[in-house]
Amino acid sequence: MSGPSFLDGLKAKFGDQVTGSNLEAIDPWIEVSPAVIVEVCRYLKEEPGAAFDYLNCVTAVDYFEPDEKKAAKTKWEPHLEVVYHLWSVQHKHSLVVKVMLPRWQDDVEGQLPEVSSVVEVWPAADWHEREVYDLCGVRFLKHPNLRRILCPEDWVGHPLRKDYEMPLEYQGIRGR
Amino acid sequence: MATQTDDSQIIEIDVRTDEMLVNMGPQHPSTHGVLRLVLRTDGEIVSEVTPHIGYLHRCAEKIGENLTPRQWVPYTDRMDYLAGMNMNLGWALVVEKLLDYDLPEKARHLRVIIAELGRIASHLVGMGTFGLDLGSFSPFLYAFREREKILDLFEEVCGARLTYSYLTVGGATSDLPGGWLQKCEAFLEQFEPVIAEYHALLTTNSIFVKRTAGIGTMSPELAIAYGCSGPVLRGSGIDQDLRRDGEERYTEMYDGYAFEVIVEKDGHYPRDHDYPAVPREAELGDSWHRFYVRMLEVMQAIDLIRQGIDRYSTSSGSWGEPIKLNQRLPAGEAYLETEAPRGQMGFYLVSDGSAIPWRVRARSSCFCNLSVAEVLCRNILIADIPAIVGSLDVVMGEIDR
Repeated sequence: MSGPSFLDGLKAKFGDQVTGSNLEAIDPWIEVSPAVIVEVCRYLKEEPGAAFDYLNCVTAVDYFEPDEKKAAKTKWEPHLEVVYHLWSVQHKHSLVVKVMLPRWQDDVEGQLPEVSSVVEVWPAADWHEREVYDLCGVRFLKHPNLRRILCPEDWVGHPLRKDYEMPLEYQGIRGR
Repeated sequence: MATQTDDSQIIEIDVRTDEMLVNMGPQHPSTHGVLRLVLRTDGEIVSEVTPHIGYLHRCAEKIGENLTPRQWVPYTDRMDYLAGMNMNLGWALVVEKLLDYDLPEKARHLRVIIAELGRIASHLVGMGTFGLDLGSFSPFLYAFREREKILDLFEEVCGARLTYSYLTVGGATSDLPGGWLQKCEAFLEQFEPVIAEYHALLTTNSIFVKRTAGIGTMSPELAIAYGCSGPVLRGSGIDQDLRRDGEERYTEMYDGYAFEVIVEKDGHYPRDHDYPAVPREAELGDSWHRFYVRMLEVMQAIDLIRQGIDRYSTSSGSWGEPIKLNQRLPAGEAYLETEAPRGQMGFYLVSDGSAIPWRVRARSSCFCNLSVAEVLCRNILIADIPAIVGSLDVVMGEIDR
């Protein structure tokens, strides 16, 4: 099976919750609504033709240009993308699933955007989602143990956000 | 006042031990660097293990957003610092994927030789430190004796012994020096018979077998669910090796090379060489099998290097000069995984069309391999923890990035 057939299958099952796709990209990707991400993942895992039983990677990309002059030229609105790289051990094929989130929940700065956790589908997501929470600032709902994983627990901010500012000081250690 | 010793309730209170939280690491010698494990123990029995990572976090991904892809190559060296060449290769391939750049044939063979030498060097450390974890010091010295010779070969190629930055976007920074292939062949000639020593020291050593066989058994379903890869996945009997199953951009490097994936299939491992027999106590997916897969991969790597040397010396054309990347990168995103010694190392590159990447992500194999330790280390003895963590063969530099 290849990109188009996954897309057809998803469209037949989830209708307009499949919000976008690019099958001509270097790695074909399908974008779905955050509300159905767990159902989509479970479908992709359990559908015999797809059988995506292996989660390679979860990551997030922050689309935000802090420089106003450059921001005027960008083609996208500021947003955050959560990217899931899937792989099937049985069929040896791969797929990329994306979810678009606002940078801040309800546009209130400091309120982390939320999406459901896929730990119940792939336990491998546990640590990956903790890392995305830690570094990119995405809150995964129903995650069993959403704590910082790489940064210390009392760290402030999410370093891979584009508007992140390096702290001047941490525990008496000079930062800049 | 005399105590009533025949009262069973009093005896019960007297000998009962309390649950205790014990920190193992971050400086414990058998945690392979700065890994901290918090053990919940009742006497010698561990009921729960919580790994704490991040002590070596350098935010390499953030640094990658401020450098051109070629400038970031040295940062990949510092991830899995025991297999720097294989890290360089993973990053170089993903940038080439974004650029849609096809490598000259000779450069591909050069990469196979270098990557497989890196695999041997890395597995030797994995083997030596595993022996060290289990209290046997000598295998470590035997392993480092041979590893030094590989580092000498690498030093001759690029001048560095640990952080090479040799394989880069477009090929490699320089061609192999004159006479190097003969030295490499001489090394393989000398190294091949030495492997029997390792098998005698560890693989078939009855103390080693008793410490590892049946310990930390991982079912194939568990290995897949937690995204394990490399020898950890194959040790559980899953037939997956990206050198055969991966993306074409990666597998074409190994086109025409004869090799069998090291995995137990139909109840036996490949029979292309004379390997020691699997002991009766060992069960598929335990610490012993993960170790065994690694040892067999060393032999397989020797075969691959020999084939690589033949092809490299007969193929003509360029050895793959690095691409000058002062131009802008094409907009788009690319993800690629390679079979590094410790598992599937993936790099994700997002470009917005400028000269530096918009986002860089490194998917670490050890990161996933270690996350399964929480499940494996339930209701076991404290002494088995070094055996299990050692058999996962983690490198903290790659986990924390």
